[in-house]
Amino acid sequence: MTATENHPNKETVISIRDVKKSFGDYDVLRGADLDLYRGENLVVLGRSGTGKSVLIKIIAGLLTQDSGSVKVLGQAVDEISGKELIKLRLRVGFSFQNSALYDSMTVRKNLEFPLVRNQKNLTKAEINKATESVLDAVGLLQTINQMPSELSGGQRKRIGIARTLILQPEIMLYDEPTAGLDPITCIEINNLINEVKERYKTSSIIITHDLTCAKHVGDRVAMLLDGSFERVGTFEEVFDTDDERVKPFYDYNFID
Amino acid sequence: MFLELYRVHQFIKKFFIEAIAPPYEGREILRQCYQVGYKSLALISLTGFITGIVFAKQSRPSLAEFGATSWLPSLVGIALLRTLAPLLTALISAGKVGSSIGAELGSMKVSEQIDAMEVSATNPFKYLVVSRVLATTISIPILTFYTAFVGLLGGFLNITSSESTSFSTYIQTSLESITFLDITSSTIKAIVFGFTIGMVGCYQGYNSSKGTEGVGKAANSAVVIGMFLVFIEEVIATQITFLFRT
Repeated sequence: MTATENHPNKETVISIRDVKKSFGDYDVLRGADLDLYRGENLVVLGRSGTGKSVLIKIIAGLLTQDSGSVKVLGQAVDEISGKELIKLRLRVGFSFQNSALYDSMTVRKNLEFPLVRNQKNLTKAEINKATESVLDAVGLLQTINQMPSELSGGQRKRIGIARTLILQPEIMLYDEPTAGLDPITCIEINNLINEVKERYKTSSIIITHDLTCAKHVGDRVAMLLDGSFERVGTFEEVFDTDDERVKPFYDYNFID
Repeated sequence: MFLELYRVHQFIKKFFIEAIAPPYEGREILRQCYQVGYKSLALISLTGFITGIVFAKQSRPSLAEFGATSWLPSLVGIALLRTLAPLLTALISAGKVGSSIGAELGSMKVSEQIDAMEVSATNPFKYLVVSRVLATTISIPILTFYTAFVGLLGGFLNITSSESTSFSTYIQTSLESITFLDITSSTIKAIVFGFTIGMVGCYQGYNSSKGTEGVGKAANSAVVIGMFLVFIEEVIATQITFLFRT
């Protein structure tokens, strides 16, 4: 059970090899290897501060690794030009932990923003149709004229996901999608992640420490331990162990 | 200290590179000009008008001692256009606009809105920083001449309370001592002030950290550093203008 098993029939859309990243004296990632295959939901589990969010920020090009390689859709993120990175980002959606909605814009403007800036040939009617379509997909069409401050935490998460979906990305990166939400809203978000996969045919990395989320949405689970992925596989495979670093993680979470 | 200076240098360099390279954020620049200009009008009008009244009233006794009260309109005009209007406008803008830019960008930074822009294939530096700095650089010179005009109105109000003079005569007398050098130096000064205020606000906000504490610090630093630099630039500009005058 390794992080980069060879799957001859599966296309690799994200390939991470021996990635290291430090902040000062603190080594966050110490040689992480991981593959994301087309069409799968890969859950990255780990305790707080183990570098899960750092990893997806490296994938999105928001941070640069100290060494190692990160290839997204065949392109090395830290080696391509600024223009190529912009093109690549159109194919990769990023849903932030705190949603990161633009406070000064309505929900409609939030959703229109990436579309208007990246597809300048669209008519107003086409923009409206795309906006309403993704809002409908996340079940929040009624919030279209509201400000982000008027939305609940769960609604903000959904709108954040809708904003990334409007560009129809091939890859979705979810940073703690269920953090800070009540159990029912968590289940709704988990269902939404699965719906997004089916409807938009996305491949996704989901960062979380919520095992219910991991079990519900993950085709595979990768456990980040001491800066590298030591356990990767199905949910059952990863937690079928006596490893003292893994067992408490399972024991302290309630799973049906 | 040197590391910070290097970062500032890199930030300014990036501004010029992004400002020159297409695409241009015309609509956002106009929106920011509206934010900077129109929304500062009330405060600037009040301050400029009161300054005109007070300056005329305070200067009258000194001129009266030499029997030179007829020079009062010229004195008000020269003082306003050469120094008071650019400096007042810049200080008010540093307080109102600089702090607003610092807080807004700081808040966007700590809530990952800037990162969100970046991952949605938008250049946040061009959209947020370049547009705001250009807006302050364009708007503050316009506001400066507006302040000078409103200040002249204030001066006129004070003068007509003591002696009868027509508005056209007052304006004509006020402006007859103004030279091309005065207008040029004030314009250049206002452009530099506007650039400084926008740049300081954006730098502080764009590089803020440490959550809400960082946002407050960014807004505060934008005002303090902005005002400090405006005073330094005023001294340098006065020295340079003086060289041209002699």
